[in-house]
Amino acid sequence: MDFLQKLGHKTLNRFASIGRATRMLLGALLNMPNVRQGTPLLIKQLYMVGHQSLLIIMVSGLFIGMVLALQGYTVLVGYGAEDSLGPLVALSLLRELGPVVTALLFAGRAGSALTAEIGLMKATEQLSSLEMMAVDPLKRVVAPRFWAGFISMPLLALIFSAVAILGAHLVGVDWLGVDSGSFWSIMQSQVSLQQDIMNGLIKSFVFALIVTWIALYKGYDCVPTSEGISKATTETVVHSSLAVLGFDFVLTAVMFSS
Amino acid sequence: MNTRKIEILVGLFVALGVAAFVMLAMKVANAGISGNGETYQLDAKFDNIGSLKTRAPIKVGGVVIGRVDGIRIHPQEFVPVVSMSIDKTYECQFSDTTSVAILTSGILGEQYLGISPVIASESAKQTCLGNEVSTQDEVDLDDLFGVESLALKDGDTITDTKSALVLEELIGQFLFNQSSE
Repeated sequence: MDFLQKLGHKTLNRFASIGRATRMLLGALLNMPNVRQGTPLLIKQLYMVGHQSLLIIMVSGLFIGMVLALQGYTVLVGYGAEDSLGPLVALSLLRELGPVVTALLFAGRAGSALTAEIGLMKATEQLSSLEMMAVDPLKRVVAPRFWAGFISMPLLALIFSAVAILGAHLVGVDWLGVDSGSFWSIMQSQVSLQQDIMNGLIKSFVFALIVTWIALYKGYDCVPTSEGISKATTETVVHSSLAVLGFDFVLTAVMFSS
Repeated sequence: MNTRKIEILVGLFVALGVAAFVMLAMKVANAGISGNGETYQLDAKFDNIGSLKTRAPIKVGGVVIGRVDGIRIHPQEFVPVVSMSIDKTYECQFSDTTSVAILTSGILGEQYLGISPVIASESAKQTCLGNEVSTQDEVDLDDLFGVESLALKDGDTITDTKSALVLEELIGQFLFNQSSE
């Protein structure tokens, strides 16, 4: 009996939590601040979420591209097929690594910051004060952060892939001596704009939605104590990473299995 | 931090994102405009180009001197025509008896164009470069044999070409020869 009660309690809690999360998201999306008031808030958040993530994204992109080229080269050169390094690197980056690694890094860099910020706002009763002043915190606090995350992450994923391909070019062509023309031309003949770049972009939009949503909800719904905030921040990173990896498999199965 | 600075930095971020997309679309997925240094154009007709692709390297003795610029079908003869852009320093250096072949690097490797150069005679070089020829005292080899050879300049066509080896044709020929013996 006790077991059944526990199970039921957990299930109900989980559903209630999903419901609260959906209500928060809809509240933020439907109560959009108007353009004149909303744009400065959005720009501030784009700076915090997007521009400040730029460094970590570009540096990790560069190194991941270089490592991919190095590892790919050692295998391909055994078959005399080192000219195929270009498509190997470009396809793995555009289809998988770009969106996924960006989302994981984004969850760690920006998602945790969003959760901690909103959690602390709640703990110090700033959100309640906003409501006292008849300002909807969903509109004023959550909505700009959501849109900033949703816009930033696809851009960051594109930058990640581009920098990584340049890093692969650096190692593959300039260091290991793959022919530059073959590197680009075989890549161009294998990579399609529709199939690879656009699908990767769709993936990163989905991941952006998931990660930003989880981060905002965890902060908005946290227990307003220092312990609660630390727990919420940890949960943001863990849950969004797992959700990204899970959804990546589903999306890949839908997009590329054909 | 003031608003202006934040706006500039966000603008930078968005511009970087757009630049990354353009780079991926143009450079990674599709041919963009690229190339460095001055080049000149040569055409070559083949029977079969195998799996030669644009931007494939053109080599003389293994050294890259140019790239395949485009591949098209000759409108009347229906044979593939490969246009090559070759480093400007080699203009007027090769004679029109130069031959070009489609070769493969390694057993799984990509195909490239190999040029077996015939060095143009001094008078042909000068004519090609547009200079006056003064060959009163020189005895030119071509004059001795009564053949007039020209140097290859921009827009010329190489006629002596060797097509790609297609494995199926090769096997077919081999079997045909075997059965006729």
